[in-house]
Amino acid sequence: MAIQRPWSVDRRTILQSGAAIAAAQFTSPYIIKARGETPIRIGLVDPLTGVYAAIAQSEVVGAKYALEQINNKGGVLGRPIELLIEDSANDVGTGVQKTRKLIERDQVSFIVGDVNSGIAIAMAQVTSEKKVLHIVSGGHTDPITGTGCSWNVFRICNSTTMDSAAIASTLIEKFGKKWYFLTPDYAYGHSVQAGFEKILKASGGSSSGSLVPLGTPDYSSYLIQAKAYNPQVLINVMGGGDQVASLKQFVQFGLDKQMAVGGALFELESIRSVPDNARIGWWTMEWWWDQPGVPHVTEFNAAMKKITGSSATARNWFGFASVQTLALIANQEKTLDAPKLAHALAGFKLPPEVALQPGAPEFRAGDHELMSTVFVGEAHPPQGDPDNMFTVRNPVPGEKAAGPVEATGCKIQWPA
Amino acid sequence: MQSRKLIVLAAIWAVLLLAPYWMVPLGGYTALATRVLVLGLAAMSLNFLLGFTGVLSFGHAAYFGLGAYGAGLTLKYLALSTPLAIVAGMLLGGLCGAILGTLIVRRRGVYFAMVTIAFGQVFYYIAFQWSSLTGGDDGLRGFARQPLDFGLLKLDILTDANSFYYFVLFCFALVVGAMGFILRSPFGRTMIAIRENERRSRFLGIPVERHIWIAFTLSCFFMGAAGALYALVNNFADPRGLHYSQSGDFVMMAVMGGMRSFWGPLLGAAVFVVLQDYLSSVTVNWMSFVGLLFVLVVLFFPRGLLGFFQRSRA
Amino acid sequence: MTLLLLFNITNGLIVGAFYVLMALGLSLILNLSNVINFAHGGFLVIGGYIAYALTPYVGFWGALLLAPPLTAIIGLAVERVLIRPLYGRDPLYSLLLTFGLAFMIEDGTRFIFGPQGKPVAIPPFLAQPLSNDLFFITGYRLFMVAVVFIAVALLFILLRYSRLGVRIRAGTLDLETVAALGINVRMLRSLNFAVGIFLAGLSGVLAAGQLGLEPTMGTGLLMPSFIAIIVGGIGSLAGTLMGGLLIGVASGVTAVFFPAASEAVIYVLMAVILLTRPRGLFGEEGMMS
Repeated sequence: MAIQRPWSVDRRTILQSGAAIAAAQFTSPYIIKARGETPIRIGLVDPLTGVYAAIAQSEVVGAKYALEQINNKGGVLGRPIELLIEDSANDVGTGVQKTRKLIERDQVSFIVGDVNSGIAIAMAQVTSEKKVLHIVSGGHTDPITGTGCSWNVFRICNSTTMDSAAIASTLIEKFGKKWYFLTPDYAYGHSVQAGFEKILKASGGSSSGSLVPLGTPDYSSYLIQAKAYNPQVLINVMGGGDQVASLKQFVQFGLDKQMAVGGALFELESIRSVPDNARIGWWTMEWWWDQPGVPHVTEFNAAMKKITGSSATARNWFGFASVQTLALIANQEKTLDAPKLAHALAGFKLPPEVALQPGAPEFRAGDHELMSTVFVGEAHPPQGDPDNMFTVRNPVPGEKAAGPVEATGCKIQWPA
Repeated sequence: MQSRKLIVLAAIWAVLLLAPYWMVPLGGYTALATRVLVLGLAAMSLNFLLGFTGVLSFGHAAYFGLGAYGAGLTLKYLALSTPLAIVAGMLLGGLCGAILGTLIVRRRGVYFAMVTIAFGQVFYYIAFQWSSLTGGDDGLRGFARQPLDFGLLKLDILTDANSFYYFVLFCFALVVGAMGFILRSPFGRTMIAIRENERRSRFLGIPVERHIWIAFTLSCFFMGAAGALYALVNNFADPRGLHYSQSGDFVMMAVMGGMRSFWGPLLGAAVFVVLQDYLSSVTVNWMSFVGLLFVLVVLFFPRGLLGFFQRSRA
Repeated sequence: MTLLLLFNITNGLIVGAFYVLMALGLSLILNLSNVINFAHGGFLVIGGYIAYALTPYVGFWGALLLAPPLTAIIGLAVERVLIRPLYGRDPLYSLLLTFGLAFMIEDGTRFIFGPQGKPVAIPPFLAQPLSNDLFFITGYRLFMVAVVFIAVALLFILLRYSRLGVRIRAGTLDLETVAALGINVRMLRSLNFAVGIFLAGLSGVLAAGQLGLEPTMGTGLLMPSFIAIIVGGIGSLAGTLMGGLLIGVASGVTAVFFPAASEAVIYVLMAVILLTRPRGLFGEEGMMS
C-alpha cells in the first residue's frame, strides 16, 4: 500500500546506498594490505566527540603536524609513518575497543592516547597485555605514572602532583594560607586537591572545599559556601566546560573582588571560552606558545596558527611531542621492538626542536613521566595578540615539581 | 515451514560459530564479534519486553549497567571466578528490575517510557556518585576475567580473544535458549496476546499487570547477564553503560533489526556496532551519521531489516 | 545557619525558574502531541549559538529577541519534515527519532562552530551582584527570572485567551473531538511544537551567559526538565511550573546540609512522588496511563 511520503526518496535507494557503504567497509582493508607493509602505523585514540572534543582535536592537530615533519625527513627506519586516528567518544568501552582494533586489525606499532585519564588507564591495560609502546599524551591522574605505572607506558603531560606542587607555594606567598577548593568529584579532582592540601598543610595552612558533581550547571550553592568560609584563595580544580561555567559565575557574583582565584590547569582552550572579565587568576600551563628566546617555538606556533587560525596550545604540543618521541626513539634504536624502545626511552631527553622549552626535559627512568617545565603564571584579558591571555611568571623545572620517584609509588616491572 | 525454520536456525548458528574465521579476512577482528554478541544479547533482552510484550522501556540500560557492576564488584572484592561474576551480575540486574517493576507496572505508553528513563538515570547517578564503591566517573577498575579451569578443559579467556569469543557465545546460547523456551511456552503466548490487544487480554481474565511484571523482571535478568559479559569484555564497568543514551542504542538495535522477530535485534546490533565502528574510524562526524540512521530507520524502516524482508516476501 | 538556608532557598528559586523555562517547552510538546522531545537540549544549544552568531550585529538584546523565534522556525521545519509522519504511531518512534536528532544537532553545531567553547559576554551592568551580602543575586540572574516570568505570563495569556491557546488546551484533553470540530490539527501541532521550541531557544540564550557555550551544553539540562514534569504531573503546565521551582529549591536546600547529595535529591523527590502520588502534584488521574 502506498504511503504518502514528504519526499520521493524510496526505501530501496536508501537500502542500496547503505549496502554500498557497508561493502566499502569490507573492501578497504584489502586495499591497505595491497599497498604492502611499508608504512609504520601509529594509533591515536582520543575523545574527538563529547565534552573534551576541543582539547582532543588540538592534540590531533599537533600529532598530524609531527607526522608531516617526520615523513618529510624520511620517516622512521626509512619507511613513511601513518597516523590512524580513532574516536574514543569519552567512553571507556569504546576506547578499549578501538585500542584492540588498532593493535589487532591495523597492526599499529605504537599507541597514543587518551585525554581522559580513566580511558588512558584502561587502554594501558590492553597495551601492556599486547606489549605495545604507549604514550599517554594528555591524561593527568597520578596513577598513570604512579601506582599504575607500566614498562610500556610513558607520559608527556604532567601528573596532577606536578601541577599542584609547582604553583602551591606561589599561591601561598602571594595570597595566603586559607583556601577553599572547588573540586570535581572524580579521580583527577581528588588527586589535584590532595596534592595541594599536602603542601598547604605542611606550611600551616587551612582549607575547606566542595566536591562538585561533573556537569553541574549552577555553582551558586558552592560559591555561597565559599564566601561564607572567607578564604584568601578559591582553588578552582574544575576542568573543561565546568571550569568555564564556574569561573563565569564566580566573577558574576563579584567574588573576584573579595578573594583570589587560582588552581592547577586553566587550559588555553578554556580561557578562550570565557569572557574577558573571567580571564583572571593564577594557573599552571603545561606548555605556552610565547617563550621569547627559546628556539623553534616561534616556528611551531606559526605552523599551528596556519592550520588552526590561532596560537599553539599545550595540547597541540602534547600531540606533537608524542609522535615525535616515537619517531626519534625508533630511529635512534633502529628497531620497532617495544621492550627495547621502552628501555631506551627511559631517561631519553627531548631535543630542542621537540621539547620547545628551555632545558632538555627527559622521561624519568623511575616512572616514565616527562619532566617538562611547568609554566606558572597569571591569566588576563588579551594583550596585543588575541591569544596572549597568560603571562608566565615563574617557570618551574619538572623535576622540582614532581618530587622524588619513590613518592609516586611507581615500581616498573620489565618483561623478561 | 518447520524445516525452513530449522535451516535458518542452523545457518545462524553456523555463522556465529565460525565468526572468528570469516570476520578476519573481511577486515573485522574477533573483539568486534564479541562486542556484537554481547550488545546483541542486550538488544534481544530488551526486545523480550519491547517486541514481544509491547512495553516500551527506555531506561533498560540501567539493568545492563547493573549487571556490569555486579560482575565487576564480584571479581574485585568477592571471588576470582568468572561464572560467579556472571551470575552475580544477572542477579543484581534482575532483582533491581523486579523491585522497580512493581512501581511502574501500572503505567503505559509515554508516561511509562518517561518513568523508566528517569529510574534508569537514578541508577546512573548512583553509579556516578558512589565513587568509593563504583569508582565514579572513572569507572570500576582493577578486575579482569579469570581463566576458566574445569579440570580437563582449560580456557584462557583472559588473553586469547578466540577462546573468550566462544565462551561468550556459550553464555549467549544459554540465555537465548532460555528466552526462546519462555517465548514458546504458554507464558510467552500470553505475552504476545497482551502485546496484540491488552484490553482483550484483560477481558479474558489474564492478570495483565502480573504478566508484565514477570516479563519485565525476566528481561532485566537477561539484561544483567548481558551487562556482566560486557564488563568481562572490557575488564571495566562504567556509568555510561547505565545512561539513557545506551538504552537508546539498544532500542535502535531492536527496531533496526526488526522488533517482531526473535533474531532481529541481533542483526540490528551487528549492523549498528559494525557501522558505528566503521564510521567513527572514518569520520569525526560519525555522530551525525548515526543520528541520521536513527531518523531514517524510524521514518522508512520502522519494521526493521527483517520486517522489511518479510514484507517484501508477502 | 538560617541565613545560609534562606540564601539557598532564594537561590533555589532562581535556579528553578530556569528549569521551569526548559520544562514548560518540553511539557507543551508532550501534552499535545505525545512526543518526548529528546532533542530539546539540542534546540537549547541551537538557540545559544544563533544568539552568539547574531550578537556582533545586533548586540546582546537584539540576539535575545531574535534567537528564540529563529530557533522556533527551525523547530517548525523539523516538525513538518521529521515529526509529523510519526503522529499516531507508537511513541517509541518519536522517542528514537528525537534521540537521533539530538545526536545530529550536537554533531552539527560542533561541525559548524567547532568544538571550542565560545566566549559569551553579558552586558556589564547585569554582571554585578545586587549587594555584597546578596552576592548570588546578580543582575543577570534577576534578569533571567524576569524573562522567565514574562515568558510564563505570555504563555498563560496565549493559552487562556487566544484562539490558538484555547485549541491547544482543548487538544490536550481530547484531540479527536478537536479534529472533528474542523480545526486544522496539523497546524495546531506545528504551532504548539514551535512554541515549545521557542522556549527551548530562549533557555539557550539565557544559559549561554551562565555556562560555557559548546555543543554538549544541553545534555545535562534535559533530565531535570523531565523530572520537573514528572513531579509536577504530566498534562499540567501549572504542575510543570511548580515542579521546576520545587526541584530548584530542593536542590538548594540540600546543598546546605549534604552538598554532595544536592543533585541526587531531585531523583529522590521524583521517586517519592511516583510512590505516593503517581500522577504528580497537579496531574489528573488517567491523563497518561
